[in-house]
Amino acid sequence: MSSQQLLDRARQLAEEAERLAAESVRLAQEAARSVTSSAPVETTGVDPFIFGLTVLVLACFVGYYVVWRVTPALHSPLMSVTNAISSVIIVGALIAAGPAEANFSQVMGFCAVVLASVNIFGGFIVTQRMLSMFKKKR
Amino acid sequence: MTENLSAIFYLVSSICFIMALRGLSSPDTSRQGNLFGIAGMVIAIGTTLALPSVLSYEVIIAGIVIGGAIGAFIAWKIEMTALPQLVAAFHSLVGLAACFVAAAAFYRPEAYGIGQFLAIRPGSLIEMTIGLAIGAITFTGSIIAFGKLQGLITGSPLVFKGQHPLNALLGILLVVLIVWTVRDQTEFGFWLILVLSLLIGVLIIVPIGGADMPVVISMLNSYSGWAACGIGFTLGNSLLIVTGALVGSSGAILSYIMCKGMNRSFFSVILGGFGGETEGAAARTQGDKSIKSGSAEDAAFIMENASSVIIVPGYGMAVAQAQHALREMCDILKDRGVKVRYAIHPVAGRMPGHMNVLLAEANVPYEQVLELEEINRDFNQTDVAFVIGANDVTNPAAKTDPTSPIYGMPILDVENAQTVLFVKRSMASGYAGVDNELFFRDNTMMLFADAKKMCEEIVQALN
Repeated sequence: MSSQQLLDRARQLAEEAERLAAESVRLAQEAARSVTSSAPVETTGVDPFIFGLTVLVLACFVGYYVVWRVTPALHSPLMSVTNAISSVIIVGALIAAGPAEANFSQVMGFCAVVLASVNIFGGFIVTQRMLSMFKKKR
Repeated sequence: MTENLSAIFYLVSSICFIMALRGLSSPDTSRQGNLFGIAGMVIAIGTTLALPSVLSYEVIIAGIVIGGAIGAFIAWKIEMTALPQLVAAFHSLVGLAACFVAAAAFYRPEAYGIGQFLAIRPGSLIEMTIGLAIGAITFTGSIIAFGKLQGLITGSPLVFKGQHPLNALLGILLVVLIVWTVRDQTEFGFWLILVLSLLIGVLIIVPIGGADMPVVISMLNSYSGWAACGIGFTLGNSLLIVTGALVGSSGAILSYIMCKGMNRSFFSVILGGFGGETEGAAARTQGDKSIKSGSAEDAAFIMENASSVIIVPGYGMAVAQAQHALREMCDILKDRGVKVRYAIHPVAGRMPGHMNVLLAEANVPYEQVLELEEINRDFNQTDVAFVIGANDVTNPAAKTDPTSPIYGMPILDVENAQTVLFVKRSMASGYAGVDNELFFRDNTMMLFADAKKMCEEIVQALN
């Protein structure tokens, strides 16, 4: 294969992956909607776990296609940004730290909020620092 | 805010995170991607704060300010060469945060609508304990990885007899504990799972050698995602599940790419014991061949008269902080009409993409930095390959010697260049413990010095 053919083929594949990713996003959105709409009526049969599993599997597919498109030169920023966004666990921490009265769970929640905040700020800032260094030729 | 509304906001936040990863497909869109990530996080936190059950704003804001200030300070101060250990340290925090959230949910399940204390719905408790276990393994595993990268603990693998049976036994014990805790709803079981998982985290990382760290960091990255996922299942929160899955698959793919870059199976890396002093004894027998060593002036002369040069950086460049001096050298060469490019092996450095970041830091335009597949064929038409701080990734034994521990690993074909210049501190072998036959070739010249010092001397000689 000539390099031009290879290039074309690669471009085709990339477009295909993008299409699939968009499709999975749409499916994930629908699944997320059905999770939230069906949560209060648990008696209707399907376990919330199954909805969670649906979301999980679809998200894995989205992740798979999106991450393979990341250029190898940016693998370090990929790591630091995924590290920052995995601190979204702060959502659980905020709910724990939320109640007005102090108890063991609230203390745990507070500790988790502090740790996750270190990660969120640290992760996004270090990613931004790295990305701002990737420059084109002057 | 109603539950439906907050679920929609969480959905928007998930989409932002997907866009953040998608932005990284090219350096041009990457900064925008990072902004998407920040936006997603702001939406997620704002939505949660607006939930009716969240009332103690003073405490929460204090927590965010304290944590944020620490995080921001570290991120601004950190040297780019210390990036791998920083990422490892950050992973440990995600793991520990997951443990705290699991403990909070265990003692106040009603806040998450999953039952009463010691009467939690079994499904939720399984998810919670799994999240707890993965979080704890991520925490201690990352601490050990941090210690190895920072040089606080020895980088060589710690192997002892009966290691694998012990780990397997502890793994089985963990499963038994989870079953017991869920069935009997005991506090004691919950804490026992935590302790055991912390121990497993230490045990699975200690046997892995320093140079396998790219795989370990990616793997821990993946674990931190799965921990978030487990907590997401417990809380019935799709945002956490989606984000956890994104991070988890990202880390898994990076681990796969790193393993492929070393031609090793994921399991052989996990089982550990590779590298260090144990291997390569046989390879050392080919002792007293002659080598040609040169000075900075010789190197300057050769490169000045070349028409094209390919730089092959490795971990040694990072250790010596030589990237700025190297770029200065290359700038002079470029001014004299030499075509200079950089070749990056997938596992160069201590984390994926490590070399690219260091070169970017030194203001090397990213168009000149090429991956193995892009540049490997060009060594044929290259006058000089300048290998700085890399070794095993250039060793032709990976192609020719089936008995070599690195056999089958994809390498940069520097031997095809007219002249190979090796900047090295001594004749010591690389992490795989294998001699590099390139050192003894007629067209190889060894430049024995610290990488940074050598670059500076070459710059002087060029002027």
